[in-house]
Amino acid sequence: MTSVVDQAFIKVIVFQLASKEYAIPVSNVQGIEKIMHITRVPKAERYVKGVINLRGVVTPIIDLRERFGLPSTEYIDSTRIIIVTLDDMEVGFVVDSANDVMDIPVGAIENQPNVAGSIEVDFISGVAKMENRLLILLQLEKVLNPDN
Amino acid sequence: MELNQYLDMFIEESKEHLQACSDNLLELEKNPEDLGIVNEIFRSAHTLKGMSATMGYEDLADLTHKMENVLDAIRNHKISVNAEVLDIVFESVDHLEEMIMDIADGGDGKRDVKATVAKLKAIELGQPILAQSTVQAIEETVATVVETTFDVPQLQFDDYEKTVLQQSSEQDFNAFEITVVLREDCLLKAARVFMVFDILEKNGDVIKSVPSADQLEEENFDQQFQIAFITKDSMNEIQKKIMKVSEVEHVSVLPLSYEQFTTSTVEETHIETTVNDTFEPVTTPVAVNENHQINDTKQKSNSTSKSHTSSSKTIRVSIERLDILMNLFEELVIDRGRLQSISTEVNHSELNETVERMSRTMGDLQNIVLTMRMVPVDTVFNRFPKMVRSLSRDLNKKINLEIIGAETELDRTVIDEIGDPLVHLIRNSIDHGIESPEERIANGKPEEGTVLLRAFHSGNYVFIEIEDDGAGINKEKVLRKAISKGIVTKESALTLTDKQITELILASGFSTAEVISDISGRGVGLDVVKTTIESLGGSISIESTEGAGSIFSIQLPLTLSIISVMLVEIETETYAIPLSSIIETAIIKKSDILNAHNQKVIDFRGKVVPLIYLDDVFDVPRKQQLDDEYQSVVIVRKGEKLAGLIVDSFIGQQEIVLKSLGNYLSNIFAISGATILGNGKVALIVDCNALMK
Repeated sequence: MTSVVDQAFIKVIVFQLASKEYAIPVSNVQGIEKIMHITRVPKAERYVKGVINLRGVVTPIIDLRERFGLPSTEYIDSTRIIIVTLDDMEVGFVVDSANDVMDIPVGAIENQPNVAGSIEVDFISGVAKMENRLLILLQLEKVLNPDN
Repeated sequence: MELNQYLDMFIEESKEHLQACSDNLLELEKNPEDLGIVNEIFRSAHTLKGMSATMGYEDLADLTHKMENVLDAIRNHKISVNAEVLDIVFESVDHLEEMIMDIADGGDGKRDVKATVAKLKAIELGQPILAQSTVQAIEETVATVVETTFDVPQLQFDDYEKTVLQQSSEQDFNAFEITVVLREDCLLKAARVFMVFDILEKNGDVIKSVPSADQLEEENFDQQFQIAFITKDSMNEIQKKIMKVSEVEHVSVLPLSYEQFTTSTVEETHIETTVNDTFEPVTTPVAVNENHQINDTKQKSNSTSKSHTSSSKTIRVSIERLDILMNLFEELVIDRGRLQSISTEVNHSELNETVERMSRTMGDLQNIVLTMRMVPVDTVFNRFPKMVRSLSRDLNKKINLEIIGAETELDRTVIDEIGDPLVHLIRNSIDHGIESPEERIANGKPEEGTVLLRAFHSGNYVFIEIEDDGAGINKEKVLRKAISKGIVTKESALTLTDKQITELILASGFSTAEVISDISGRGVGLDVVKTTIESLGGSISIESTEGAGSIFSIQLPLTLSIISVMLVEIETETYAIPLSSIIETAIIKKSDILNAHNQKVIDFRGKVVPLIYLDDVFDVPRKQQLDDEYQSVVIVRKGEKLAGLIVDSFIGQQEIVLKSLGNYLSNIFAISGATILGNGKVALIVDCNALMK
């Protein structure tokens, strides 16, 4: 029995943002959409790009680059919107690209190391080393709650 | 139990039938002579009885049965409609409602209704009539006792059956109408029916039976059935023979009158009401002296009952499914938008035609889908007349309830929630607001108090107002009480406005009634009302003039509801302005804009109207500064205040579905929600009220 616990995995969606790789648990992800028309919402936070029509549901969109204070880029063909749910909130994250689902062994996750020079350090719950890749796990609560 | 799957349906339908009962009872109270109404009530009660018996709710079925007996007696002129009788029938309906509520809450629908049952029985036995002349009363009592159990409308015959009957009577056969009543605990009804028929067919011919033979076989009848029968035997012989069949409670054999099967169809209504007095019936005497009157009233009811149109046919659909339908439909709208743009690109005439036709069909479909979730507030209001009636009797007050705007539509989810708060407020108005008749006369008011229930749409909201012409709210008393209860401090009390003082009664732990009555509770009511309404995203306010009455005004949002908007364009962005806030649109010359205290204003029909530049308010990014000589203005209103919203251009008017921006974006300034346009894009809805602070 103990071996089973050791072997526990978390299934995550992997996405790219400014040449780094991030991960969100699949259980929080509703879907991945191509970029579509975003209606600007005035007087909202700077990183809230607006709202989209997601199959009849008006869904707010957060540009993760702007949320993390990274330089923003034009949206291109590979740009994706990851629809994320947390509690009773549903939002979309704009990311550079998203094309991978992975199983991360729980044991491979390290608690937030001191990633020097990382601006987004507040939003990280941990990192996982997978062979030659480094996945940054996001702490959704922090990402979704406005800065104080 | 297998029946579980029908439970929801049973509860819903029972509620409907009870509602129909109450409505019709109130109607009957106004026109006690109209037997058509009694028939309607009887039908509802009968269906309810059948349903509850099938579902195994014995108490419910039993009480309904007793009530049905009384109704039956009424429509057969055994007892007359008066306030007393109605009170008891109302009481039964109340009990039935409670039972249904209990069942809906997962209970077994059992309830102690002995008192009501006893009263019903008393009426059924004709006891109230004792107040009239004793001789007649006794006579009638006897008649009622026997008759109510087996009295049913007389048989009617078609032409063929009439001919048969006519010929047989010419050949010296006797024609009888036989009514057989089986015992209530009869288990094998079909078998007993078969035995009765068996006996009859050995002695003569069965011409007709009500219900029909098929239905009798399937046990589709209560306890009794009727047969038209021709034989050479005498009435007594037939009766004795049938009584030999076990589990038969009662048999009555009446001779079929000659006219009954000779008169033509045109006069059928007459036949129906003609009480036969040439032949002496075997069982009981019929109150002949009342024949004339019966004829009159029956005919009257016949003519009026035709005006009662049968209710429209409906099916039940869960809201969940409607939500899914709505979302799917919106998907379709998006695809339609794409198709339209593709077809203009391709420019293929047949494709264009098809897309156009599809668009039209979808327009119709859209209307249907959107209106499907909307329910008139009448579904909540319709229970109030009865409630007010019984309350005013309990409190010895005279109250007239007026309902305005019952057709105002609200989303079903909101409708479900507002019932209880409204009940509370109406009770409050009647209990605390309206004075006793003596007091009213002393104050120079009409004896009868008026409670006005008004519903209407305004802006993004539906308003429901409860207005009474009662005593109003005594502000000093409220303030004193609030201070003594520690709701406000003496110091802060001085700064309160009249309205704020009045609205203190909504604070928790407040009751101004000198005597606490069980009608409006112990003062826990109004703060619960406030919380419920606020949890629906609405608000409540009170306006009161001492001595003249109060108005409780509830404002409810139209969550997921359809509103008409004016779509406007600012640069490339589309915004929707609710039509209900708009007074009109105008094109103004730049030179007409004036400056007053740093505020740009225009002179609009003699009024100075401040201008609001929506592109500034919403920080719309401009590629280049617009320099038009003319500007488009939407004149909007908030209460008495006006404002002019400057936009780039008008797109047009449209019906839209109101959507929230989601929990993440809960407080965006001057945006009350969003909607999805025909092209699949999201447009934001402007909150004019917030713009005009």
